[in-house]
Amino acid sequence: MTEQKALQDYLLRLADSDMILSQRLCELCGKAPAIEEEMAIMNVGLDLVGQARNWYEYAAELIDDGRDADKLCFLRDALDYRNLLLVEQPNEDYAVTMARQFFFDVWHYFILKNLVNASDERIANIAAKAVKEATYHLRRSSEWVKRMGDGTEESHRRIQEAFDLLWRFTGELVTPDETDHAMFKAGIGPDPEKLKQDWFGMVREVAAQATLKTGAEDAWMYMGGKSGVHTEHLGFILAEMQFLPRAYPDATTW
Amino acid sequence: MYAQLVDTGTKRLKTREEMSPEERDFQDKIDAETKIEAKNWMPDGYRKTLIRQISQHAHSEIVGMLPEGNWVTRAPTLKRKLQLMAKIQDEAGHGLYLYSAMETLGADRDEEIQKLHDGKAKYSSIFNYPTLNWADMGAVGWLVDGAAIVNQVVLQRTSYGPYSRAMVRICKEESFHQRQGFQILLDMMRQGTQAQKDMVQDAINRLWWPALMMFGPHDDESPNSQQSMVWKIKRKSNDELRQMFIDQTIPQLEFLGCTAPDPDLKWNEETGHYDFGAIDWKEFYDVLKGDGPCNRERISTRRKAIDEGTWVREAAVAYAAKQKQRAAA
Repeated sequence: MTEQKALQDYLLRLADSDMILSQRLCELCGKAPAIEEEMAIMNVGLDLVGQARNWYEYAAELIDDGRDADKLCFLRDALDYRNLLLVEQPNEDYAVTMARQFFFDVWHYFILKNLVNASDERIANIAAKAVKEATYHLRRSSEWVKRMGDGTEESHRRIQEAFDLLWRFTGELVTPDETDHAMFKAGIGPDPEKLKQDWFGMVREVAAQATLKTGAEDAWMYMGGKSGVHTEHLGFILAEMQFLPRAYPDATTW
Repeated sequence: MYAQLVDTGTKRLKTREEMSPEERDFQDKIDAETKIEAKNWMPDGYRKTLIRQISQHAHSEIVGMLPEGNWVTRAPTLKRKLQLMAKIQDEAGHGLYLYSAMETLGADRDEEIQKLHDGKAKYSSIFNYPTLNWADMGAVGWLVDGAAIVNQVVLQRTSYGPYSRAMVRICKEESFHQRQGFQILLDMMRQGTQAQKDMVQDAINRLWWPALMMFGPHDDESPNSQQSMVWKIKRKSNDELRQMFIDQTIPQLEFLGCTAPDPDLKWNEETGHYDFGAIDWKEFYDVLKGDGPCNRERISTRRKAIDEGTWVREAAVAYAAKQKQRAAA
């Protein structure tokens, strides 16, 4: 794998994960447990789409085959999508929504914190803004995990079940593949070993405060999103998200 | 207008002689354009009317997120998705802001929301119509936010201070939404395919009359208007506002190259206003009563959100109590 190819791949992973998680958040519009949460959900989702657009734009320039950011987002099918499996998991109850957000936010925060110092200036600049947003996202989801974990009996049960349900998708966040190694070598991505320690460290710290149990690091993990092998959910997400550009291929502007 | 048929609880206006000294003093303040603040004395009817109106307005912001939520997962470009999400976020913010203004009058947000879910409180009739194609996101911004602004610009001068100040802030964001909505339609009309142009006209055809109904019944059918006008909660009549809206919207409609579904619509040289056809008031009252296309879905979605979120809110309260206890220990 050339460094150029790895970089394109890496950018698409960042963009697609942001995009698909945001799509899940959009599904909750008007259905959140409180009006304050309506605002927060849209706010986080908005940050993620904004970041996705930045990553897609850079990826489009590097790929340089005539596709722009919108085409990368709206005209690739599941096998070309590179998002983490975690973010395509359904909202279920608000505990699952929040556990998914928390696991993602911890990963996102440490990734972006590292990308701020990337050897690639364009990436460093995008990350500099994004990491501020991700810091807020992480603070919010950590707080909710604690509230739910150390709240009522019911909330504790629900968030623990959500942790258990989603744990199998967390391995992918911290298990490096060829692209991750290439990006570390290029001075862009984080040291995979360090990322793993950071991610588990923070997740366990917050879980402890929330009186929650986390799974084992060596538990069986469901992986594949980063290489385009997804769960059954992604096809439906894309069918909905990409409906208009696909139904009206002649439309050049919206 | 996001508040329709707000009941003032009064059958007729009191004469000055019939007013108590407090009521006279209050009315003098209103007449002198002095803003009423939360701590000031106010007639019970004034307080109740405002609570009804502001809560209706707040409910409308929140219920109004649903027709947009119907398309936010299908926005066709990154730019449009970002715009729509930002608009929805603003609306949630307006809802919160308005509920706060309402709470300055001694009302409770949860209780008022419960009334909405029980079918005892209203929200704007417009949000009971479905959004059926992407151009609806443009038409809602342009026509619905447009109609709301006509009303809200006037409400910036409403007599109750906290409501008036909320309107100043909300108007700024609403006019931004309206321009964005218009731009969605204009881009589709100018650069779109025939299919896209058809979407725009279809959206206008469906939303045109419901948008005009947003201003509420004709003045002579609006039993509460007179008292609201004297209290300066309302500053212009339903018909005046509707005419203002039509007069400013028709040139924009023509600029788009679209038509309104009203064969009687024409410029009247003599009055300097547009004449327009008869509104189907039966439909309006049906929708208000609950028999609109989406009334049941809108309310059941809202009710479900709050019901299913009960455990989440309870968790937050329990956690806060534990934290407080620990801090005290």
